[in-house]
Amino acid sequence: MLRRIRILTLIFLLLLAGCGRSDDNGDGEVNGEGKPFRIAIIMPSSTTDIAWSQSMFDSLIAVQAEMGGEDALKIAYSEGMFRVTDASAAIRDYASEGFDLVIAHGAQYGNSVFEVATDFTETSFAWGTSSDTGADKGIENVFAYGAVANEGGYVNGVVAAMLSQNDVIGVIGPVAGDAKLYIDGFVKGVNDVKPHAQVNISYTGSFSDTTLAAEAAHVHIQAGADVLTGSAQQVVGAIGVASENDVAWLGTQSDQISLGPDVVVTNQIYNWANVVTDMISKIEKGELGGTAYSLTFANDGLRLEFNENIEIADEVKAAARTAIEDIKSGDVDPVLIEEDK
Amino acid sequence: MDELFTISTLIGILHSCVRLATPYLFASLGETFGQRSGVLNLGVDGIMLMGAFFAFYAVFEGHNLWVGVLVAIVVGIMMGLLKAFVSVTMQSLQGISGIGLYLFGLGLSSLLFKTLIGSVEGVSGFRQLAIPLLSDIPGLGHILFNHNALVYLAYLMVPVSWFVINRTTLGLKIRAVGHNPEAADTLGVSVNGVRYTTLMIGGALAAVAGASLSIGLQNVFQENMTNGLGFIAVALVYFGSWRTVGVLGGSLLFSLVNALQLWVQALDIPVPSEVAVMMPYIMTIVVLAFTARQIQKPAALARSYERGE
Repeated sequence: MLRRIRILTLIFLLLLAGCGRSDDNGDGEVNGEGKPFRIAIIMPSSTTDIAWSQSMFDSLIAVQAEMGGEDALKIAYSEGMFRVTDASAAIRDYASEGFDLVIAHGAQYGNSVFEVATDFTETSFAWGTSSDTGADKGIENVFAYGAVANEGGYVNGVVAAMLSQNDVIGVIGPVAGDAKLYIDGFVKGVNDVKPHAQVNISYTGSFSDTTLAAEAAHVHIQAGADVLTGSAQQVVGAIGVASENDVAWLGTQSDQISLGPDVVVTNQIYNWANVVTDMISKIEKGELGGTAYSLTFANDGLRLEFNENIEIADEVKAAARTAIEDIKSGDVDPVLIEEDK
Repeated sequence: MDELFTISTLIGILHSCVRLATPYLFASLGETFGQRSGVLNLGVDGIMLMGAFFAFYAVFEGHNLWVGVLVAIVVGIMMGLLKAFVSVTMQSLQGISGIGLYLFGLGLSSLLFKTLIGSVEGVSGFRQLAIPLLSDIPGLGHILFNHNALVYLAYLMVPVSWFVINRTTLGLKIRAVGHNPEAADTLGVSVNGVRYTTLMIGGALAAVAGASLSIGLQNVFQENMTNGLGFIAVALVYFGSWRTVGVLGGSLLFSLVNALQLWVQALDIPVPSEVAVMMPYIMTIVVLAFTARQIQKPAALARSYERGE
C-alpha cells in the first residue's frame, strides 16, 4: 500500500514537474553578502547520462560540497534540453531570475548564449564545447570551455592496442563531427603502439540512440573486435552488449564502471570542478567572462581512472601513465594527421 | 567493398537484422490491433518507455526476467486502458491524445527512474538462447536460431496476431469495428468494448517492446531510451498496409538497412557516415511512396464512434 501511495504521489509530482526543471527557490536577488552563489545549468541530456551532461553535473556537485553545501552554492538545472529553442528560453529565464552564472552545456547553445548575454550584461554565462567567448563581438560576460578529448582518446588508444588480442578494435561514435577529437586521438594511440591493428569506426548518427549503439557493438564484436570504445550518452546500450560478451570497454567523459563492472577497463573523466571554481572566483571579483578554458591532463581537467575491481596488467597501466606524462611534457602530440589514418 | 559480400559478413548482417527488428515487431503488431479497430495510438513510444522501465526495475530489484516481462505487460495494459478511456470513452482526438500519452510515458518513466534508481545501472538480461539442432544449420542457424527468448517471442507473435485478426471471432469484430463501426454496432458488437480490448493488447505488446530493449537487447535503462522507436513502429503499420505479414516485412526491411549501414561503416567501406545513417529512412520513404495504395486501410481509422451519429 505504501508503495502504491508513493507511486501515486510521484504521478502527482510529475504533473507538477512540467518540463523537468529543478530549481532552487531563489528570490531573484543577485549574489551579495551572505547569500549563496547561484548557478543554473542547461543540459542537452540527463544528469545521469554517464557521459557529457553527467560530467558537468557531478563536477558542480563536487564544487558545491567543497564550498560548504547548499548554503554556499545553489544549483538549478534543466536537463533533456536537446532542442535549442527550449534551451534558449531556459537560458533567458534563468538570467532574468538573477542567477550569478548560467551554464549552457552544449555547443549548439552558442547563438542563444550570445543573444541573451547582450541583454543581461550583469549576469555571467558559460558555454561549451567552444573557445569563443564573444570577445570579438564586444561581449564581456561569457566564458567558454572545452575538453582536449584527444588526450584521453590517445591514452585509451594505447590501452586498447595493448589489450587487443585480435588486433581489431571497435569505435562507436554518435555524430561524426562531434566525436572526432576523441576518436582521432584514440586512433593515433592505437597506431603508435600497433600500427597494423585495425580500428573499425561506426557512427549511429544520434547522441541518444542506445538501440543502434548496442547493435553497433554487436557488429564490431562479430567483425572480430575484442576491445570497444565510444562516446555520448548512447553508449549505455553498447556497454551492456560489451558486458554480455565479455569484451573490454574503454569509457570517456564520465565514470561508466557501474554499467560494466567486469569489462570497463578505463575511463577518461572530464573534471570541470577547477573550471567552475575559477569562474566563480572571477565572477566574485567582478570579471564576468572573457576566459576560454580547456580540460587537459596537465591542468587536471582530464583524468584517466582504471577500474580497480578488475585485474589489469601492470604493463598496460605503466604504458597509460607513460602516455599521459608524454602528453603533459609535449613529447607526444595526440593529434591524428592524415597520413596516420 | 568486397568484404561486404563475404558469407560471414552477410550472415552477420542478417543476424543483426533479425535482432534489430524485435522491438519494431512487438510495437507495430500491437499498433496493428488498435488501428484495425479504428484507433490510432501515437503514444506507443511512451508505453514502450514505461514497459522498459518497469521490466528493468523488476529485474533490478532481483525478480526473475519473466516477472519483468509480466510487470511490463500489466503496465502496458494500464497504459492501453488510459488511452482507451481518453480516446474511446471521452472521444478526444486520437492523434493529440496519443501525443499526450507519449509525453506522459516519457515524463513518468524518467521521474520514476530518477526517484527509484537514480543512476544508470546494468542488469543481467535475457541471454542468447541457441535452439538445439536448428542453430547448428550452417548460416541460417546463426541468423534465425541464435537469439534471446524475446526475439523468438516477437516472431512468434506474427502468426499469433495473424490468426487472432483473421481467424477468430474477436478478429472479425476488430475488422468490422475498424471498417464500419455503425454496422458492427447494429449487429450487436460492442464497438467501445472491442476498441478497449485492442488498445490493451497494443499496450501490452508495446510495453514488451520496451522490455525487449531494457532487459533483452541492452540490459540497461536510460531516460528516453527508445529514442522515437515507437513512432517508427506506427509508420511500419502503414508501411505494412495493416497486415501482420506486411508489418513483418516492413520491420525486417527497416532493420536490414539499419544493419547494413552499421556493417558498411564497421568494415570501413568508403560511404560517408552521414549517408549511411540516412539509409534506413530514405528506404522507408521510397517504399512508402510505392506502397501507398492503402487498400487495407480501416475505413474508420482515427474516427471516434458515438451511437446515433
